[in-house]
Amino acid sequence: MLQVGLTHFLVVSAILFSLGIYGIVTRKNAVMVLMGIELVLNSANINFVAFAKYGNYGLGGQIIALFVIILAAAEAAIALAIVLNIYKTFANVNVDEIDKLKE
Amino acid sequence: MANTNLYHSLSLITPEIFLSVALVVLVLADLVLHKDKKLIPYIALLGIIGTGYLTISQFGMSGFAFQNSASMFSSYGMITVDSFGIFFKSIVLISSLLIILFSFQSEEIQKINDRIGEYYALIFGMILGMFFMISATDLILIYLSMELMSLSSYVLAGFTKLRDRNSEASLKYLLYGAVSSGLMLFGISLVYGLTGTTNLYIINSLIQGPQINLFTLAFACILIFAGIGYKISSAPFHFWTPDVYEGAPITITAFLSVASKAAGFALLIRFIKTTFVSYVDPNGWWHLINVFDWKTLIIAVSILTMTLGNFSALWQNNMKRMLAYSSIAHAGYLLLGLVVFSNQGLIAILIYFSVYLLMNLGAFLVVMLIANRIGSEDIDDYNGLGITSPFLSVSLAIFLISLTGLPPTAGFIGKLYLFIALVDAKMIAVAVIALLNTVVSLYYYIRVLKHLYLVKPVKEPVAITTSFSNTVLVSVLMLPVIFFGIYFEPLVNFAKSCLLILGL
Repeated sequence: MLQVGLTHFLVVSAILFSLGIYGIVTRKNAVMVLMGIELVLNSANINFVAFAKYGNYGLGGQIIALFVIILAAAEAAIALAIVLNIYKTFANVNVDEIDKLKE
Repeated sequence: MANTNLYHSLSLITPEIFLSVALVVLVLADLVLHKDKKLIPYIALLGIIGTGYLTISQFGMSGFAFQNSASMFSSYGMITVDSFGIFFKSIVLISSLLIILFSFQSEEIQKINDRIGEYYALIFGMILGMFFMISATDLILIYLSMELMSLSSYVLAGFTKLRDRNSEASLKYLLYGAVSSGLMLFGISLVYGLTGTTNLYIINSLIQGPQINLFTLAFACILIFAGIGYKISSAPFHFWTPDVYEGAPITITAFLSVASKAAGFALLIRFIKTTFVSYVDPNGWWHLINVFDWKTLIIAVSILTMTLGNFSALWQNNMKRMLAYSSIAHAGYLLLGLVVFSNQGLIAILIYFSVYLLMNLGAFLVVMLIANRIGSEDIDDYNGLGITSPFLSVSLAIFLISLTGLPPTAGFIGKLYLFIALVDAKMIAVAVIALLNTVVSLYYYIRVLKHLYLVKPVKEPVAITTSFSNTVLVSVLMLPVIFFGIYFEPLVNFAKSCLLILGL
């Protein structure tokens, strides 16, 4: 009988983190980049909760994860507002086509 | 017992409480005064002055706020008040005060007069985030305060929406910022896993034990450095800087280049000093715990930062973009003050920051006043302004010479103390590289002066007259730059009195 332990959680979070970074680097659509960022934040959340449970660190990790979820929501709200604004001015949200500032 | 503890903690964060109240008052005033918003900037000014009074009255005070009484390390708290923090809070407050005064004069900001309440409320959000960043000694508070500051500044970067480049600046700032804060959070989660706590002082005592996995700790340190390095715009994380500085309204650009950098540096210095320094010997050298080689990392980053910043600045034609690269280069010089890991290096950083505040804000102010009149920030449009508008040109020249670091300006004193600290730490090679970088920077600063005075303009240049209040504002920044260049004793003494970082 396989026991689910700390390592399993850490592997899941490492995979999520890598997928998030991969998404951030390869995606052109700003919304998809933001989703990659959400994956990175959630991989950190899994770490916090798993460490708190298996390291017997008390409830601290869970509380931190709650804080991060709230912050991620705030960040998503602001990010989507900015992306909407970009769509109004440029009529698309592709990161590599928004380059009026490059010389 | 618990109650006295809470009162003690609250009494230590009175400036932050006052800032939050001012923020709420600004939001409410924006609602109530929706017809006539002339009062709102003055409410913001009052808020800054009140916070300044409370911050100065804390001078000489030190202590921990919000201690965890359940833990065995109950004397250490989440927030530390000490003279080092108060120094950086004063830097943030002085620059906020000046930014609010700049906003009175800025054409860009006057065009969005109907949303002026939000503008100041967001600036106060940034200041509040910076205050907590400067005094945070808990990884989660560090993360939260960085996000508080970043979220406000993402919006402010694209606030005016007058041109396409405003929204582009805020998108770029947002994407880079969110990625680096995500990386930082992952690093924090690894540190939490290794030590079971987020308090820097407890981490300091735990990582001296033998059971810490050094590879994981090094990985976590690099991730956390990515988050802070983004805020101070150091080398591998600097890509946002030129675009955001060029696209954002100029008042916000100036604010980001001074206040947000100051908060980032305060955070970096406090983080490394509290977490990784085992003791400070009587001669003022910091002895690092032998778990992660910060010295090599920061030397490499700082040399890369200043070289990239200076060499990219050579080709810029937009003043804001040029000043952005110059501010990247200055972040590189400032990192050198940290890298010697001594009290002397810290004094050099404090002196450099006080000087940098004056000269950088001054340069941005003059660029703003010229842009108000000629509607452009291109260096080519500055041709011949030296003859038609002598006051602004001379003051711009003084600020740029000071940014280069030539005597008799204050910039020279800042660089001098930095190089002395490097030579005393026997890091001659690094000092030579920094010196060569200064020589490179001379080219692009002086190029502006060439355009002002020597290049013949194609069409007759406009004469820019300055109103009385603008003249006073420029002089307030220009005179200290010269004064501290000649008589720098008070500045040095003040920096020496602000050395205390609590702990250890």
